[in-house]
Formats: sequence, C-alpha cells, structure tokens
Amino acid sequence: MTVLVLVEDGEPSQQTLTLARTWSDSLHSVRMDAVTPFAPDAIAAIVQRAADALSAAAVFAAGTDRGNDVMARVAARTGLPFAANCIAATAGEVVEVTRQRWGGSLLEKSLMMTVRPLLTTAPYAFRAAEGFTTIAVDVQRYIDELDPKDLVVRVAEHIDPPGGGVSLAEAKVVVSGGRGVGSKEGFAIIEELAGLLGGRVGCSRVVTSAGWRPHSDQVGQTGTKISPDLYIACGISGATQHMAGCKGAKKILAINADPQAPIMSLADYSVVGDLKEVVPAISAEIRKRR
Amino acid sequence: MKILVCVKRVPFTGGKMVLAADSRSLETRHLGFTISPHEECGVEEAVRIIEASGGESVVVTLGPPEAVEQLRDAMALGIDRAIHLQTDGDEWDGEATADAITAAIRAEEASGQFDLIFFGNESADACGFQVGLRVAYALGRPCVTGLKGVKLEGSSVRCEQDTGAGRDVYVVPLPAVVTVKEGLNLPRYPSVPGRMRAARKPVSMQTPARPEQSLNLEELSVPGGPGRQTKLLGHGGAAAPAVVEMLRDIGVA
Ligand SMILES: Cc1cc2nc3c(=O)[nH]c(=O)nc-3n(C[C@H](O)[C@H](O)[C@H](O)COP(=O)(O)OP(=O)(O)OC[C@H]3O[C@@H](n4cnc5c(N)ncnc54)[C@H](O)[C@@H]3O)c2cc1C
Ligand SMILES: Nc1ncnc2c1ncn2[C@@H]1O[C@H](COP(=O)(O)O)[C@@H](O)[C@H]1O
Repeated sequence: MTVLVLVEDGEPSQQTLTLARTWSDSLHSVRMDAVTPFAPDAIAAIVQRAADALSAAAVFAAGTDRGNDVMARVAARTGLPFAANCIAATAGEVVEVTRQRWGGSLLEKSLMMTVRPLLTTAPYAFRAAEGFTTIAVDVQRYIDELDPKDLVVRVAEHIDPPGGGVSLAEAKVVVSGGRGVGSKEGFAIIEELAGLLGGRVGCSRVVTSAGWRPHSDQVGQTGTKISPDLYIACGISGATQHMAGCKGAKKILAINADPQAPIMSLADYSVVGDLKEVVPAISAEIRKRR
Repeated sequence: MKILVCVKRVPFTGGKMVLAADSRSLETRHLGFTISPHEECGVEEAVRIIEASGGESVVVTLGPPEAVEQLRDAMALGIDRAIHLQTDGDEWDGEATADAITAAIRAEEASGQFDLIFFGNESADACGFQVGLRVAYALGRPCVTGLKGVKLEGSSVRCEQDTGAGRDVYVVPLPAVVTVKEGLNLPRYPSVPGRMRAARKPVSMQTPARPEQSLNLEELSVPGGPGRQTKLLGHGGAAAPAVVEMLRDIGVA
C-alpha cells in the first residue's frame, strides 16, 4: 500500500507525514510548485494522475490555504470525499477520521465511505515526528499533458506586503482590545502597552465590525491565528471563535471588568477591573521600572 | 450582472460549545443563529456590485425551515431575492450540499447565467473548505479561493488572496466562482427600511432529497484545552506591580 502526499514550500510538513506514516511506509510526493507560477487546477490534475498511477490508498496535504484549496479541487474532479483539517485518520474499508470544526473549537468523528480518502492535517493540532522523507513522483509527463483549461486559474502577479514591523501572526507579544475598549480612540492605551512590550495590537471581531481597527488586526476563527509568548486580552469576553485564534499562546493575561467572563477562566492570569484604569497602570509600572 | 451568494445558517455559540444529548449536534436551544463572517462579506460584495453596475442579486441556502431568517437578513442588506433548499435539519456533507446547490443553479440559469457566484472560503461550523470548488467544477467555471479582494474588470474578475506575505493576484474570465474571507470589505448594518423591504422580497422554496453521504458524521466532542489554571493577579490599577512581576518572570518585560 502506498500513499501520496502534497508538498508545499519545498519541505514536506512533518505533521502531515506523521499521519501519512500511520497508513503506509511508502510515501510518495508531488510538489505544489511543480507548475510555476502557482496554478491550483494544474496541481490537482497532476495529483489525480499520480494517485491513479500509484493506486494510492489516500492523498494527504497540510491544512493550509493552498493545501485545502488543491485538495478540494482534487475532490471536485474525482468525486472523492475530502476531510479537511484532520487530527486522526485510520485506514480501513471504512475510514474513520477525526477532524476540526469551528476552527478547532469542536471535533468531529466521521466515517468516510471511499477507496481513496483525501485528507488534510490540522496545523499544530498534534505532535509531529521528525525525519520522515518521501519519494518524489516524476510528474513531467503529467505537466506536458496538462489541459489548457487547468491553467486558467494561475497567479498573475504578486504584491509585496507594505512592510514595516513584525506581522500579527509572528509577534511574540500581542495586546488585544475588545468591545470593552469602547472606541477607536480607546485603542491609544492598548497601542501604548503593545509598544512598551515590543508587541503588536490585536482585536476582537466586535472591534473590526465597528470599524475601530482593520480586519488585519482581528484574532480568531475568521481572523488571524496566533501563538505568541504572551497574549493580553483587554475587554474581550472569550467567545469560542475568538479563542480559536489565540489558544496557541504560551501565556494569556485577561483584563476584564466581569470576573465571570469566560476568558477569566481560560487565561493563565487575570486582572479584574476597568481596562481604562488597569492598562495605563501597567504601562506606568513598566516605565517606572526601566 | 447577475450574482449569487451561498450562505449557511449556523448557531451563534458564545463562550462554550455545548453538545446536544446525542453528541451529534450542538445544543442550540438558547442560541441565536447567524452565517459565517466570510459569507457576510460575500453578501456585502454582491450588493455593492449590483448597486454599482445594475442587475440582480440572489441568495441561496440549503437548510432547515428556520434558515429563511438568514435569507431575510441577506435581503435586508440589499440582496433582491432568495432560494431556499429546505431540509429537515440533518447535516449534509460537502458533496451532497454542492450537488443540491449546483442543481438549483442549473435550474435558475434557464433564465440567465450568474456572472459571479460567491461562497465563503469555509463554512463557520463544518469548515469543509470544499462546497464552492465542487460547485465550480460541476459548472465548469474557474474558481479562486480565500479572496480579500474581488474587482470586476470588463469580462473578467481580478482576485486577490492574502498569503501572509503579501498578495497573490489572479485574473479569471466570467462567469466565475469565488470564495471569500472576512476582511474583503466592511459589511453594512441592516437598516429598518431594509428589513421591511426584505420581508416582502420573494423566496422560492424547493425540497431536495438528501442523498447517500460519503462523509458520515458519527460524533462531536469538545477538545480538551491546554487546561490553563487561572491565577488572579489583582483588582484594578493596584494589580499593575503583580502584572509586571509576571511579565518579568515569563521574560517579556
Ligand atoms: C462564525 C463566527 C466567526 C467568528 N470569528 C471571530 C473572530 O475571528 N474573532 C473574534 O474576536 N470574534 C469572532 N466571532 C465573534 C465572537 O463570537 C464574539 O462575538 C466576539 O469575539 C466578541 O467580541 P468581544 O469579546 O470584544 O465582545 P463581548 O463579547 O461583548 O465582550 C466584551 C467584554 O468586555 C468586558 N468589558 C466591557 N467594558 C470593560 C471595561 N471598561 N474594562 C474591562 N472589561 C470590559 C465585558 O465584561 C465583556 O467580557 C465570530 C463569530 C462567528 C459566529
Ligand atoms: N448548507 C449550505 N447552504 C448554502 N451554502 C452553503 C452550505 N454549506 C456550505 N455552503 C457554502 O459553501 C461555503 C464553504 O462551505 P464548506 O465547504 O462547508 O466549508 C460556505 O461558506 C457557503 O458559502
């Protein structure tokens, strides 16, 4: 039995290989940059042919934007079922998968009725082993035989980011404000504390919906997923969709007027109080000790 | 221009996921309902395009009788009419959902093709990442996913994806299918007159049969969290010294 793995960014995801290895020792791979600029339908066509040629028992990819995109295209062109963001999948006549719903706030156990499940693995959701390697499939013939319609969707241009500073996803410290901040101007004290800690400002969805901050600052299921050393949540209640974005933080400090707010028992540290008083007091204390 | 937006009714869960007794769905008795923020941006974009260029916008959902609320919400924001593919509330997998939506689109297109079809990048609850692409393939139309920018340029659409390291741009011919993410735009709030107009807009109803599923949901569970123990550092501004001590202990100040 052999399985096929889709590889993004040069190096295969060890996490994905860890799950794939529970299926088979024979891991074959197709690279997403087999066609450049990126053309997702072309990669899906190549994966389909490679999987057929190998009689692959399953196809795996990492549950990234491109991993889920290409796998759904393979599903659409083959009619095979696709389970996104799995944390487990056991081989068998009926394939049992455990996958993430609600951005990871809920798990689903499902049975897949198929000869070749298409599976992506949830990033960071389980421990990855190291050192697994794959056998690269020779895809030149499949590239030569691509149908031109599979090259219609293709990256035409790349726009570099505006630059300046570390991104929200990579910041070591994130200081976030929620509805409790009260206004756009209210974020001055959040910015001040983030600046003192060399961190970035984040926020909840209530804040972006109100137009107080841009969506690029939003942490959560439909915002950015972060895993900083420290996450400070000010005036944020701790809704599951918000926590889906910050539960990877090493430490969480919650500052909230309501001791019963959900986040006050989901955090490592809490301060009960009005953030308009607590946040400037912390900034002043940091300055005092410098 | 004729535009379709696909939305899915989901419970608006709060601080906790609470399962129903059979562990196959969420306990929703005390919850409101909504659609994914991604889909809200799809609705907003469709309304803006029709406002700018004229034509008609349609919203479709596959869901229980109550999902008509989400259709009315979309119409309150300016969508012209709705198609309700009514179910008994059972979960449909991605393939079955896509098949039902594709059939509805084919029937609807007897009276004119949709130039653009909007999906969310992923549904709020199932997070299947596939219905839009399955529909696009069935219709033989190009599809670009996860968009933060959608701009019509003559007979094509310019699509921008946020890659975390800038933007990838695709330009594909119409008719096309796009899946979008929150941040595409800032959706408007419904107005009172908008709500009143929505109550009178047409909703056509169909009841597709639920086919055999290839992804069968067995059981839901709430993942064990990192199990953090919360330490109260104090009340009000007086907590500041304890907070800064903690910041020093963990090495960030
Ligand atoms: C499908 C879906 C996806 C979603 N995605 C996201 C997402 O990506 N990110 C996200 O954040 N949300 C998301 N949400 C919304 C989420 O469910 C919550 O509605 C949102 O996170 C609440 O934001 P909040 O905590 O700022 O506001 P609230 O829930 O209103 O909480 C405000 C908190 O501030 C406290 N407070 C008020 N005043 C003060 C004060 N002066 N000092 C201190 N504390 C104060 C209150 O006690 C309260 O706890 C999503 C929802 C859905 C349905
Ligand atoms: N039941 C449904 N009714 C209408 N549209 C749906 C339904 N389920 C999914 N969709 C659309 O398909 C997108 C992707 O869903 P999914 O593949 O489940 O992540 C959603 O954001 C919706 O736009």
